[in-house]
Amino acid sequence: MNDRHEIERVEPIENPGLPEHLPRPTDVDPKQERRAELQVSGMFGLAGLLALAFCVFYFMIDLDQTFLNWSALNVALGATLGFSLLLIGAGAIQWAKKLMGDQEIIEMRHPAASSTQDREETLEALNAGIDESGFARRPLIRNSLLGAMGLLGLPAVVLLRDLGPLPHSMYETVWKKGMRVVNDVSGTPIKPSDLEVGQLVNAEPGILFETDADGERVLHGTEALQAKAKAAVIVVRMRPDDITPAKGRENWGIDGIVCYSKICTHVGCPISLWEQQTHHLLCPCHQSTFDLGDAGKVIFGPANRPLPQLQLGLDGEGYLIAMDDFQEVVGPSFPELKRGPKS
Amino acid sequence: MSTYTPIEDTGVGKKSSGPVQWLDERLGLAGLAKKNLRKVFPDHWSFMLGEIALWSFVVLLLTGTFLTFWFQPSMAETTYQGVYAPFRGLEMSHAFASTLNISFDIRGGLLMRQIHHWSAALFMAAIIVHMLRVFFTGAFRKPREINWLIGIGLFSLGMIEGFAGYSLPDDLLSGTGLRFVDGLIRSIPIVGSYIEFFVFGGEFPGDIIIPRLYMAHILLIPALLLGLIGAHMLLLVYHKHTQWPGPGRTERNVVGYPMLPVYAAKAGGFFFVVFGFTALMGAFIQINPVWLYGPYNPSEVTAGSQPDWYMGWVEGAVRIMPNWENTIFGWTFSWNVFVPAVLLMGLLFTVLALWPFVERWITGDDRDHHLLDRPRNMPVRTALGVAGMTFYSINWIAGGNDIIALKLHMDIFVITWACRILVFVAPVVAFIVTKRICIGLQHGDKERILHGFETGVIERTADGNYSERHAPLDSVRQYELTTHDRLPVLEAPAETDDNGVRNPEGRKARLHAKARDFFYSGAVDKPTALDVEEAHRHADHTGHELPQGNEFKGNEFKGVSEAGIPKEH
Repeated sequence: MNDRHEIERVEPIENPGLPEHLPRPTDVDPKQERRAELQVSGMFGLAGLLALAFCVFYFMIDLDQTFLNWSALNVALGATLGFSLLLIGAGAIQWAKKLMGDQEIIEMRHPAASSTQDREETLEALNAGIDESGFARRPLIRNSLLGAMGLLGLPAVVLLRDLGPLPHSMYETVWKKGMRVVNDVSGTPIKPSDLEVGQLVNAEPGILFETDADGERVLHGTEALQAKAKAAVIVVRMRPDDITPAKGRENWGIDGIVCYSKICTHVGCPISLWEQQTHHLLCPCHQSTFDLGDAGKVIFGPANRPLPQLQLGLDGEGYLIAMDDFQEVVGPSFPELKRGPKS
Repeated sequence: MSTYTPIEDTGVGKKSSGPVQWLDERLGLAGLAKKNLRKVFPDHWSFMLGEIALWSFVVLLLTGTFLTFWFQPSMAETTYQGVYAPFRGLEMSHAFASTLNISFDIRGGLLMRQIHHWSAALFMAAIIVHMLRVFFTGAFRKPREINWLIGIGLFSLGMIEGFAGYSLPDDLLSGTGLRFVDGLIRSIPIVGSYIEFFVFGGEFPGDIIIPRLYMAHILLIPALLLGLIGAHMLLLVYHKHTQWPGPGRTERNVVGYPMLPVYAAKAGGFFFVVFGFTALMGAFIQINPVWLYGPYNPSEVTAGSQPDWYMGWVEGAVRIMPNWENTIFGWTFSWNVFVPAVLLMGLLFTVLALWPFVERWITGDDRDHHLLDRPRNMPVRTALGVAGMTFYSINWIAGGNDIIALKLHMDIFVITWACRILVFVAPVVAFIVTKRICIGLQHGDKERILHGFETGVIERTADGNYSERHAPLDSVRQYELTTHDRLPVLEAPAETDDNGVRNPEGRKARLHAKARDFFYSGAVDKPTALDVEEAHRHADHTGHELPQGNEFKGNEFKGVSEAGIPKEH
C-alpha cells in the first residue's frame, strides 16, 4: 500500500536542469555591440552635461523667476538633476543588460543553522564561562546584581518626569464673566445688530487682543496659542423659533444669537463648515456634525459629546460678552473628564 | 583560472595592488570579499521593490541632511521678514519661517524639500508593496521569519518617521495633524492625559513638541531605521535571496547573476533611477505647499485636510468609527478615538508579525524554504492577504470621504455608512472571490499539464466533427507548473487511542486539524505521473491531442523573436 502511495505521488516531470545559455544579439553581432556601447556612453555623456547645466541654471536663474506659474529655478534644477541621475541609472542598467556577461551562475546554499559541532563547542564554551564565573553557584552575588540592575531602571523612568506638568487646566478656558466676544481676525467687538439671521462669525475671547500699557499683547506666543486652542468660539444668529434651547439655558442667547465652542469634542479640530438652512455645523476633519438649533447635539459622526455652549450677555455699550466660562469641558474627551478638576 | 595570478599582474592590480595590499594587511578583507564579490542574486522584477525602499531611504538621508542646514525646529515666535510677500509682517514660529526660507530664499531648497517629501511617500509605498510581495510568495517562511519581523519594524517606524517629518514645518496642515495626535493620545485609557502632557510638555500646542519631534525625526528614528535596514540586508546576504522555482533551481541552490559586475551595475544604477525619478517629481509635481496653508493657528483649519497617504487608513478608520464613549468607575473611555487610531494600528502590526508563526503552526512545516510560492498555489493564504488589503483599502477610502462627497456630489453620510458596512463585508467577499480565482487558476494549470495548451488550430474530422488541437507544453513550462509541494494528506486526529482512552490532546488536535482543513480547503493538487499517462492514453483514443514523443514537440508554434532568440508560443 505504501508503495502504491509513493507511485501515485511521482512527479509528472523531472527537473530539466538549467536551460541552455543563448547569446544576445550584442554577443554575436559586433554592430549591435558597438551600438549598445554608444548608447551607454551617450547616456553617461548626456548625464554629465546635464550636471553642468544644473550649475549654470543655479547661478543664472533668479529665485523669483517663474515658468508656467511655477518657480523656474525649481523646474530647471529638478529637471537637470533628475534627468542626469536617470541617465546614469539607465546607462548602468543598459550596460549590465547588453554588454556585461549574462551567464547565470549557480551557487549552493548552506543551511542557516550552525553545524552540530559548532553548537556543541559553543555550549561548552558557554558552560565553561558560566562555571568559572560562579554565576550559578553564587546566588547572593547573582541576585544582588540582578536586583541592582533592575532598580537602575527606575532612575531612567523617573528622569522623564519633567517632560511635562501633570495634567491640569483642561476644565477651564480664558473665558470669564464680562469678557467681550470679538471677531477672530480684526479683534473688534460684536454687536447683535452686526449679525444677520443665518450668519456665522468666528470669534475669540477679547483677552487675545488686549494690550498692556506698553502696547504689548497680554497673551502672546505659546500662551496665546494654548488659550486659542480651547477658547475659540463661533457666534451664529438663527431665527429664535428655530432654536430649541437646552433646559435651563433658555436665556443663554440673545435674539437668536448663540455662541458655541469651535473646538470639536472628537479630537479637537476647529469646526467651521456651517449649513445655514439646517443649522448644522460640520467638522472638516472627521465629519462630526452638530445641530446648533438643538443645543449643539451630535447628529452624525464620531464625536460623542455636544458642543459646549457659552452664555452670552450684553455689556453697557451693547457688545456681546460672556456671562461665564463654559459649563462643560471643551475639546476632546480624556480619562478624568467626569472626575472634575482636582482641588 | 585555477592557478593564482599575483594581483600586480592582473589588469586591475597594476594600479591598485598598492592600496589593496595595504588595506588587506590591516583589515584582512580578502576572505570576506572572496565570498561576496561574485555573490549570486536571482533575477525577477518583484525583487526590485525592496530596493526602491532602500534607495528612497538613501535619498531621504541626503535631502534631509540638506534641509537641516537651514531648518530651525523652534516654536518661538518671530515676525516673518522673508521674500514671500503675503506673509511679510505676520507672526509665526521659527519652524514655519525657516521652512518658508528654505522654499523661497535658498536656491534648490524647494526642490530638496519636494524630493524629500516625495521620497518619503515612495519609501512607505515601496515598503508596503515589498511586504505584500514577500507575503504572497511565502518568502517569510523559515528561515526568514526574523527578517519578516525586522521588516514589520521598518514599516511601523517608517510611519512614525513620516508623521514626525510632516509635523515639523508648523504650518496649518501639520498643526492640525498634531492636534489629531493630541486627541489620539488623550484617548488612551486612564493614563491618556498624563501622556499627553508629558509628550507636549503641557497643554496643546505648547512650545516644545516640534523640537522633540525634530530630535525623533532626524536622530532617534533614522538611527533605528538604519540599524534595522543593516540587519535586514545582512540577513538577506546570509540567507541568500529566495528564487522562483524553475528548471535548474532548487531549494539547495541559488541561480542568478553575480554581484560584480551585473548587480553592482543594475542595483547601483537603480539608485540613480530612484533618485532621478524623485527629483523629477520634485521638479514637476507640487507637494505640501505650506505657503498656501499659512502658519499654524489652533482656531483655523482648511476643509479637505488630509494626512500623508500612508496615514490615510488610520484617518479613515477614525472617520467611520461610531461615536462610542462611556464612563466606567469615573474614568472616561473614548473608544471612538482609541479603537480606530491606537488599537487598530497595534492590531495590524501584531497580525502581520504573528502570521509566519501562525502559518507554521497550521502547516506544521519545519523545512527551510528558498523557492517561492506562486500565490495561486496557496489559495487561502492569498485570499487572506487580499482580504487584509481590502480592509485597509476601505479604511483608506473612508479617509477621503469628504473629497469623494465633494467630487462625486454624493451625500457624505451615505459614503460614511457605506464604508462602515463595507469595511466588514468587503474583506469577506474579497476572500471568497480571491480563493475561487486561485482555485480556478490551479485547475487551469492542471489542465495544461494533462492536456497541453490550446493551439487555436481547429480540425475537422472526416465525419464532420470539429475539435481544437492541443499541444503539450514544453518541459520547462511543465516543470514550472509542477514544482510546488503536493497537498498534505489530511487526517482527522484520533479521538481515542487503541485502548479506547480519550486522547488527552484531543481538543488542541481538533483545533489544529480544523485550521489545517481550512488552510488547504479547495486547493487543487498537481497531477501525478500516473494522471499524465492516463490523460495521454485517453487523448490517443479521441485524437484531440498531438502525438507525444520526439517526432513532434509543437515546433510549428514556435517563433523567433526580433532579437533572433527562439521563442515559445
